[in-house]
Amino acid sequence: MPVSDSLLTISGLNVHYGLSHVLHELSLDIKCGETVALMGRNGMGKTTLLKTLVGLLPSTSGLIKHLGQDTRGLPTHTLARRGIAYVPEGRGIFKNLSVKENLLLAARPGVRGQKDWSFGRVLDSFPRLNERLNHGGQQLSGGEQQMLSIGRALLTNPDLLILDEATEGLAPLIAQDIWRIIDVIRQSGISSVLVDKNFKALAKLSDRSVVMVKGKIVFDGSPNHLIENPLNLTKWLGV
Amino acid sequence: MDAITFFIQAMNGIQYGLLLFLVATGLTLIFGIMGVINIAHGSFYMVGAYLAWSLMGWFGNFWVGLFAGVLVALFLGLALEWLFIRFLYDRDHLQQVLVTYGLILIFSELRSILWGDDVHSVPIPELLSGSIQLTENLAYPIYRLWLSGVCIVIAILMYVGIQHTRLGMMIRAGESDRDMTKALGINIGLVYRFVFALGVSLAAFSGMISAPIASVFPGMGNQVLIVSFVVVVIGGLGSIKGAMVAALMVGLIDTFGKVLNVNILGINILPEMAGMSIFALMAIILMFRPQGIFGKGH
Repeated sequence: MPVSDSLLTISGLNVHYGLSHVLHELSLDIKCGETVALMGRNGMGKTTLLKTLVGLLPSTSGLIKHLGQDTRGLPTHTLARRGIAYVPEGRGIFKNLSVKENLLLAARPGVRGQKDWSFGRVLDSFPRLNERLNHGGQQLSGGEQQMLSIGRALLTNPDLLILDEATEGLAPLIAQDIWRIIDVIRQSGISSVLVDKNFKALAKLSDRSVVMVKGKIVFDGSPNHLIENPLNLTKWLGV
Repeated sequence: MDAITFFIQAMNGIQYGLLLFLVATGLTLIFGIMGVINIAHGSFYMVGAYLAWSLMGWFGNFWVGLFAGVLVALFLGLALEWLFIRFLYDRDHLQQVLVTYGLILIFSELRSILWGDDVHSVPIPELLSGSIQLTENLAYPIYRLWLSGVCIVIAILMYVGIQHTRLGMMIRAGESDRDMTKALGINIGLVYRFVFALGVSLAAFSGMISAPIASVFPGMGNQVLIVSFVVVVIGGLGSIKGAMVAALMVGLIDTFGKVLNVNILGINILPEMAGMSIFALMAIILMFRPQGIFGKGH
């Protein structure tokens, strides 16, 4: 996909959990239509960064700009309405709602009125959800929950999809299905930030790799450049 | 006890239970969805009864007074949520209890200043003032039947509203995962404000419609609060279905406890110990289901 203007610009971002300094002077630029793979070992600050981007955690200092406008202090629901969709690490399924209700709750046109992802298209993309429309959220397998969480995010017709631990804990066949849909999302021009431990799959599907170590970005460049250097993989990702 | 007396007491018990459901459902909604323990809930019941007394007297019409009272309660709920309750969502239960206890004191003082400390009565509207003759000597008041019917209609509307509308989906989603609800673009603060105002309105409405069959007096809020908590605990914290079942159980046990004669080993259990009956019921249920009948537990 061609990538152009900046969609999200982060500069000098600092985030604290109480006295603990988690993100240090972090700067990152995500362009429209770009797929960015965010990598790093556990506890390096990836989820903290994602939660800060969607407004679930406050930043201590620094700037976050969405399409050139400062988003600091904006509530999470406003950021969502501006086109930032979030699939959290635990999937965030509403267990007391049916699959259909989980999807319908999210469904709306995008910020520019786009309706690329309809209820029908999501069900076509995830046929397993179609079979379980009236099941409760708590009755789904891990893979089905992840499909529902991604499908639900797509129904908001976002400009940016933030996907934390895309395939964690999923069987290889289900994970393959998730990677397939991530490729479809990428082809459709939605920008995305992906977090996953499968660095090879991420490298195939992303335009850029970003590696975090102890709350700082230590690598920001081409996925091929990252995986061609086994020393860096060992040092930063432990593989 | 003959069949007709039993029938009348059963009707009274069901009517009392349905009224309790209206009060308790607001309490359980506010706790279940917003996680707030609101011990000022009984005050809204009292405010409702006093609003009924003054507004119905002022307008000279029961129905106009009732409508105006519900509007006042709705705005009171919206204002209280904005002024106090919204700051409590991320606080622990002790702080919630302290703030809402403060509200009890404020409402008690305001009631004393605005309406005084006397006991008042509200007349039954003419349209509902008759009775249905059951036997030559026994009749059942139409007002009590109307009151039960209104409570049933509200219970059905609440079920439909929560289970089958978009707003209901938002409310249930907020109960399940607050952060995720926000991340889908839903303004959960507004949803909570609505839920709180709904709870306040239900409690006040209960106070208004119960005013014609009970006195309007200063301590009435505390009385109903205690029984409502018993209902919520028996039914399971946060469960509306549980509140309905528990309210009917409490209503029937409380009513029959006062009219039945039970003597065991020469000790008069009922009606002498009728006041303890609902607490005994709560203790027995909690022994077998500590999370309440429909509670999810933790």
